[in-house]
Amino acid sequence: MYTQALNTLDPQAAAEDSVLEARFQARIDAEEKIEPNDWMPAAYRRTLVRQISQHAHSEIIGMQPEGNWITRAPSLRRKAALLAKVQDEGGHGMYLYAAAETLGVSREELVEQLLSGKAKYSSIFNYPTLNWADIGAIGWLVDGAAIMNQIPLCRCSYGPYARAMIRVCKEESFHQRQGYELMLTLCRGTPEQKAMAQDALNRWWWPSLMMFGPSDTESVHSGQTMVWKIKRFSNDELRQKFIDATVPQGHFLGLTFPDPDLAFNETTGHWEHGEIDWSEFARVVAGDGPCNRQRLAAKRKAEADGAWVREAALAHADKRRQRQAAAWRVAAE
Amino acid sequence: MTEKKMPLWEVFIRSRNGLAHQHCGSIHAPDAEMALIAARDVYTRRGEGLSIWVVPSAAIVASDPADKDMLFEPTASKVYRHPTFYEIPDEVGHM
Repeated sequence: MYTQALNTLDPQAAAEDSVLEARFQARIDAEEKIEPNDWMPAAYRRTLVRQISQHAHSEIIGMQPEGNWITRAPSLRRKAALLAKVQDEGGHGMYLYAAAETLGVSREELVEQLLSGKAKYSSIFNYPTLNWADIGAIGWLVDGAAIMNQIPLCRCSYGPYARAMIRVCKEESFHQRQGYELMLTLCRGTPEQKAMAQDALNRWWWPSLMMFGPSDTESVHSGQTMVWKIKRFSNDELRQKFIDATVPQGHFLGLTFPDPDLAFNETTGHWEHGEIDWSEFARVVAGDGPCNRQRLAAKRKAEADGAWVREAALAHADKRRQRQAAAWRVAAE
Repeated sequence: MTEKKMPLWEVFIRSRNGLAHQHCGSIHAPDAEMALIAARDVYTRRGEGLSIWVVPSAAIVASDPADKDMLFEPTASKVYRHPTFYEIPDEVGHM
């Protein structure tokens, strides 16, 4: 309903913009939520569309690395949990697309931006899931990192995004717990199973740290989004929180982190990490990660394969509507 | 994209018997029947609901945020509409 009554940009109104912007910022400062039909600066709208749709695309592409293992889950319990998790991710994508649509973009445009490669999704989903332990590592690390990012988003200044994030966070906690439990089971199993868990941690640790985005000194979008209260914490702050929470969990599993510089600083009370390979991050974001082409190709194929179903469903709905109308005409005559 | 746009529906869910349906989000679907199925899959994966309504988004008439003050502000001064406005002696007991 929100998409139909959007503010259209009126050139005459440009002069009033500074007044409107000041009023808008005052509402944000007072922790008021901005709703779809409220006035907002064009840049705020653009930023939100970019961020929310990127978030939605990540959920949708994120179904692929895990979906890969549904048929090979080692037990019915694990299979049911993985199915539910992948289904949740589809659902999260839907909540988020709906939130983005309240800003005046259509679902079709958003999907098109993903398929054409114009819109980005989280770099993490361009890494392959090579063994079953990867499913545990994704739940524990990737979903753990996502939760760190998403909990502050529940207080984001844009109402529909904040509400979508509340639903997502409620459901996401099961994802992390099932992943950690899977890792724990492997670590308490045979030496081979524990080695699988260690191998998964070795491969997923650094990409998980990169999920928080560039360091604060490099991040182009951070400053303004903090003023607008879209973001509440900087990339580095969130990354630090994640490391502090996760390292003791890894040690409990009896695993080691693939970072020789990882050390606890007694004075600050934080875990300090070694240098992140930002050139790898830049490569993956630019489309040259291990699975970028595969992920997009799979999504394009799914979209193309489903086109006839959407067309048929719309044609069927049209036909039924026409028949109904004809029946009413006959009844009236 | 040349594809025809999928209609938008607003989803309302009644969480427990006796409570009103509450708006929880929106979905795209070609018709009402499929809208109900999609709403069930997207919004009730954990026993959130006992009943679902779907309404074509285009059928909703909303108040204009610009009229907010005109519509809702006048009630702020009408304190006599609240029970606490009236003083009843303690001896009378709970009322």
